[in-house]
This record gives sequence, C-alpha cells and structure tokens, in this order.
Amino acid sequence: MSSPDDLAGPKQKLFEARTKIFPKAVDGSFRRLKWALMAVTLTIYYVTPWLRWDRGPYAPDQAVLVDIAHRRFFMFSIEIWPHEFYYVAGLLIMAGIGLFLVTSAVGRAWCGYACPQTVWTDLFVHVERAIEGDRNAQIRLQKAPWGPAKIAKRVTKHGIWLLIAVATGGAWIFYFDDAPTLFGQVVRGEAPIAAYATIAILTGTTYVLGGLMREQVCVYMCPWPRIQGAMLDEKSLLVTYKYWRGEPRTHGLKRAGPAARRPEVQDQGAEPQVGIPSLVALAANPEKTPRIGDCIDCNACVAVCPTGIDIRNGSQIGCITCGLCIDACDQIMAKIGRPPRLIGYSTIADETIAGEGGEPMHPLRRLLRLRTILYTLVWAGIGMGMLFALGTRTRIDLSVSQTRNPLYVRLSDGSIRNTYTVKVRNMENRPREVEIGLSGLTRAAMWNDAGSRETAGSTVRLKVPADQVARTRVFVAAPAQGPTRQDVTFTVRALDQEGGQDTDENFFERPETGQ
Amino acid sequence: MVERKRIDDKTGTSTVGHEWDGIEELDTPMPRWWLITFFASIVFAAVYVVLYPAWPLVHSATAGVLGWSSRGQLAKEVATEGTRKAPIEQALARVQIERLPENSELFQAAVAGGSAAFKVYCVQCHGAGAAGTKGYPNLNDDDWLWGGDLKTIQQTLLNGIRQPGNDATRMSVMPAFGRDGILQPAEVQDVVSYVRVLSHQEKPSEAARRGATLFANNCVACHGPQGKGMREFGAPNLTDGIWLYGGDRDTLTETVTNSRYGVMPAWGHRLDPVTMKMLAAYVHSLGGGEAFVPETPAAVAAATSNPEAATPVAQPRNVQP
Repeated sequence: MSSPDDLAGPKQKLFEARTKIFPKAVDGSFRRLKWALMAVTLTIYYVTPWLRWDRGPYAPDQAVLVDIAHRRFFMFSIEIWPHEFYYVAGLLIMAGIGLFLVTSAVGRAWCGYACPQTVWTDLFVHVERAIEGDRNAQIRLQKAPWGPAKIAKRVTKHGIWLLIAVATGGAWIFYFDDAPTLFGQVVRGEAPIAAYATIAILTGTTYVLGGLMREQVCVYMCPWPRIQGAMLDEKSLLVTYKYWRGEPRTHGLKRAGPAARRPEVQDQGAEPQVGIPSLVALAANPEKTPRIGDCIDCNACVAVCPTGIDIRNGSQIGCITCGLCIDACDQIMAKIGRPPRLIGYSTIADETIAGEGGEPMHPLRRLLRLRTILYTLVWAGIGMGMLFALGTRTRIDLSVSQTRNPLYVRLSDGSIRNTYTVKVRNMENRPREVEIGLSGLTRAAMWNDAGSRETAGSTVRLKVPADQVARTRVFVAAPAQGPTRQDVTFTVRALDQEGGQDTDENFFERPETGQ
Repeated sequence: MVERKRIDDKTGTSTVGHEWDGIEELDTPMPRWWLITFFASIVFAAVYVVLYPAWPLVHSATAGVLGWSSRGQLAKEVATEGTRKAPIEQALARVQIERLPENSELFQAAVAGGSAAFKVYCVQCHGAGAAGTKGYPNLNDDDWLWGGDLKTIQQTLLNGIRQPGNDATRMSVMPAFGRDGILQPAEVQDVVSYVRVLSHQEKPSEAARRGATLFANNCVACHGPQGKGMREFGAPNLTDGIWLYGGDRDTLTETVTNSRYGVMPAWGHRLDPVTMKMLAAYVHSLGGGEAFVPETPAAVAAATSNPEAATPVAQPRNVQP
C-alpha cells in the first residue's frame, strides 16, 4: 500500500528558478576570435547606415537603405524594386543553405560567434565585468547585502546596459530613412512616432534579451539549437571533450603525478619531466600503472561557459560552440604540463577513432564530403544565377493589360479599336523618354490618351519620371478584317543613349463576323 | 499504469505519474520568465476588456471606456479622406470644363472620380465598360449623336436627352413615317434600301434609286443631304459603320416605320457640378473624346473674361422636325 505521502507526490515547484550564471573571463585564441568578430559585426551594424553612395539627384544617397515609403531597397549600386523581390528571396535561400553548409561543416559556429544574441550578450557581460569584477567578485556582490556600493554598481551597470540598448535600437531606424536627417529629427523630437516606437521596442528587447535573459534565450526561446542540432552529423566539427584522454578525472596534479598518465598520449613535444619513470618501463608494464586522465576536474570549462553548461557531459542544447571552454582548458593544460586541446574542435567520428587508439583524420579534411560539397554547389549556383540575373536585368519594364470591358470598339469608319493600359517602369534614377511600339498587327494605328486618332502613328512616346511607373492608356485601331484574336507584341524602347528595351505579349480582339 | 508520482533518479525531477511501455513523463516545471509572460498576457487581456469593446451581449457588445468602435474609426477615416480630397474638388469647381485637359493632374483626378460616379449612375444603361447596348450609345467609340467634346458632353449630362420640362434638354423626335402614313410600306422599303447603300451594306439598285428621292424629300432636314447626320438634332450619321439600333433590313424598316428616339435623365439637378465635370471627363477619356472648338470668338472672350462662369448656360434646342 502506498503511504499518503506517496500519493500526494513530491512537492512541486510552480516554476523553474533560473540558476544565475557568472561567466569567468578567459583569454585565448577563441576569445580573441570572438573579440574580432564582435568588433566587425558591431561596426557593420552601427556604421552601415552612415555610408553614403551618390545616386544622382533623383535618388537617395544612402548606401544601404530600405525605403519603405517609396518601396525601394538600395544596397550600394544595386536597387531592388518590389517586383524584383526574388533577389531578396534568393538571398534568404542562400542564407539558409549557407547555414546548412556552415552547420554541417563546423557545427553551430553561427551561434557561438555571429548570432546577434551572442554578440550583444557578450558585450553586456563585458560591461558587467568591468563594473562588478570577474566571476568571484560578482558572486560575492550577489550575496552581499544591499548597500550604497552595491546599489551604485548595479545602477551603473544597468545604466550602461540601457545606453547600449538605446544605441542599438536607435541604429536600427537609420536603415529606413536618411540617417543624418533622421538623427537630427530624433534629437529634436521631430521624428515620426514609428521611429520612437521602434527605438523603444528594440531598446527593450536588447536590454531584456541581451542583459537579463542571456542564455535563456538560447536554451528556451531560440528554435535554432533544435534545428541545427538536427543538421549535425558525426562528421561535423563540434566543441568536444576528449573523454578518452580526460577520463578518469582526478583532483589535483600532485596527488596523481604525471607518472601515472597514459604513455600513448604523451605529447611528443612535451619536455621530459624530472623523476618520471621511463616510457619504456611504463609501456612494458602498463597494467600495473594506475591510469588517470588529463582532466583534473578544475571546473574551469564550466566557470567560463556563458550558458553555464559542462561540456564534459557531451554535446548538448546549451552549447553554442563559442570555444571559451577550449581557451580555459588550454590554460590549465599548459599549467599542468599537458598537451592542449583536451577540449577542442573535433568531430564525433574522429573522437571515436582516437578513443580506440587510431589515427584521426584531420578535422579540416572532414570538411570535404558529399554533403558539404553539395551544399556549396547549390549555394554557389544560386549566387551565380542571381549575379547573372542582376548583370543582365534591364532597368526598363513594360507591362500591358488589355481593357476587357468592352473588349473591342467599332469605330465609325468600320475599323476596330482595342484599348490597353500600358505601364512603363523606369528603374533608373533619372527621367527617361521611351517609345512604345507594336508588332504583329498590320495597318494598325496607335495613340494614347494624350493624343487622338488624328495624331495616331505607329508608335507612342512617353516621358517617365525618375524611379517611377508611368501609366497611359493606349488605343490601337486596325481594320475589322482579320482573326478574332490576334497575337500582338508591345515593345518599349528607351530613347536615350543608354537604350534598353522590354516587350510584353497581348492580343488584338475583333468581333466574330469581322464586318 | 502506475498512478504514483516518484522522483526520477537521473534528473531529480518528479514524474507526472503515468507510464506507457516503460516510458515516463518528467514533470519539468516551466521557466519563471515563461510564467511571467503568461501572467502578463492575462493582465493585458483584462486591461483590454476594460478599454475596448469585448463582451458580446444580446444586441451589442460592451463598449469599453475608451469609446472606440470600428464604425467610429471608419467615419473618422472617411472624414480624413474628404479633407484630403477637398483641394481637388475646389480646383475642379473653379476650372472651366474645356480647360480641364490643360492641367493633366487635375484631369486624371477628374477621370478617376468620374469613373467611380459612372459606376453608380450610368452603368444601368451604358454598361460597366460604357459600351452601351442596343438603343444605348457606346461611349467608347468616336460616333456622337450630339457632339463629343467636353463641354457638349457636360451639357448632355446636365440636361439629359428629351427630358420634359427642361428647356435646355436635347430635344428632337423622329417622325414615325410608316405608322403615321407619311410613307407607304413599299416606300419605306425603298428608303431602307437607299440607307443601306449609303452605308455600303448593299449595292445600288432600282429600289435604292427610288429611295434616294424619298430620302431627299423627307429625311435630309435632319440627316443631311449626304445622310451624314446633324448633331444639332442628334440625328445619326447613316453612312458610318455604327448603328445604335442595328443596320439590317428588319431593324431599319422598324426604325423608319415607327421611329426611334432615346431618352436620358437630366443629372444637373441630381448631382453636384463637380461630379458632372468628373463624369464628362471620364466619358471624354474613353477614347472617343473630341477636341473642344470654341463656337465664336466672342464666346471665347466672354468665357475668358468671366472665369467664375464654370457651369455653362445651356442653349435651348427645342427643334421639332
């Protein structure tokens, strides 16, 4: 029989309290890589809207501009119109396949180095350290009672965080309007309400996600770890604890002594240590040597981890592969005179081979496999296709639609008139004059709503303002004799030196009898 | 199935208490931020219910303390749109209709407004595409009974066709030559033959020759010596390819015997002057619009010296054949 206690079950917590993480500062090659990437990505983010690009008098001179009001996207010399949105779609597909490629090759490198959440969290962590000190000082401060010093530190920290958050939200809006103008407007309080609302929202999200929630975003909110985890295979590069080298762990270098270490993993380049029995002796009598691993269970890898995980438990959802544990472990390995990279970038396949005493393939050689090559080919193919389309696209576009009510009109001289709505898109940032012509219809006369039948000719001229769509109604009259539905082709040709033309197919309709 | 909760050894978390095929579910608690978000949503909903319409009742819904409603918002947007359009309407009210094409932007605005008004008042007879039907003129073509320049179209719209009690209306009535005994049935057939020769539908014949004489005696007063019609009387051109009622023998026989004359309401007292101008601009823009030719230099001088006289004074045209 169950006791009442058993039936009630253990007391449940309503929520899972967050275990606060105090990542320790660390230096090393991956830390320096993170610094560099942080500098590059933040510079790109903050500086890009301020780059100028001369596009002449009829277009904005901002290098990168998402001009929602005029439905244009400017990126240096490239100008994307709404109907060319497939370029953006192509870029998104390339970004997706690029992520597959990166993930299958080097694991979650995006997470660890380039993801905005990682970059800003890293920035916030550095600010925190500068004010509150490193890990131990932060833990002490956390436990300390509230007093003037603690309040001052906390206020300063959150103040600087908020400043960074405001700058982040503020920089975002400059991508959508002329940056210098908008900056002046924002400062003077004359900017549109949408600008202030955007700043407020992005300030809030940056502060909350980057400063307060940090690794919780990566673990609970972000779908990427799940997707990327599914895309990894045993040949993907991951941050890996070399269990075959580290286990069994032991506390303290002195107690175990280097003598007990496995001879087969003795680094060839390591200096011989005083008092070590010869390798020959160890090799001759391996069973009698108590074997211990390189891991001294110092927890340095856990202390530096920004998501607070223990990498020695294997690949897990909290690991963003930032490599800081590698730096931390390398420092310890150097101190105890062991070869570096007890934790390192490696593949599961290589570690399995190494664990069995085999010679692992160089991780970089793992990159070249069918999966990565296919991803690269698809990725590059889309890129080349888009570049080709970009290079050959015309900046003049014709679109003809027939008026279908009525489909045709009989004129007093017995001929038949069709009406078309013609739209000419001038995607150059200067006004152009174009000529609209028609082929496939004999003895046709053409005029538009600015003229009349008396002024009809074989073509119609039209002035199209810079960066705009001109719309005109075109009337085409032709003899009543002929097929009830005749294919015609409209052409538009720019009349200036640069030229360029486009065509559009349509029909000329006649009544059944042709009379 | 085990109904007892227990602590899972590996994770230290309690299970929810059921098990299938050895698989148990851990009762992992939600993260605190998730709960906070959940409660914040509940608070948001409560505030929303107080501020905005929310609970459906029998005949209406709770109003909310802000007093917002979708109908109210629509009314506000309609008012805003009216304010936006006001300058265009004022400019249209000032401009003389024949000078409207000089301002292409205003003309385009008038055509757009006219298109909308046409779909309300005119499609019943002239069709959605203004192509008309038997007895109702096609406004797209280049054939006009009363004239096709902006000013003339506007006057037709203002005063209508054959509207009793309107001095300025378009007025003319074709006699019923057969029914009233002016022409004998055989003579009607001769006239029909001649008219079909005029429009190149038949080859010249003996009947047509007889018809020519009858035509000269009875029809030229309105249709002109060559049968090209007269706009003063709204008399159609009989030589072109466009027939309002049809150009075949039977239809023409019916037309000559019993006569035809259509009517159109006068819109001047039903629609405002700006809408009239917009409608005229739209009809003119359909492809058959004619250029405005001032009647006399004196009229031009009068029009220029008095720009306020935007609405033309219609001339009475009560012409009885």
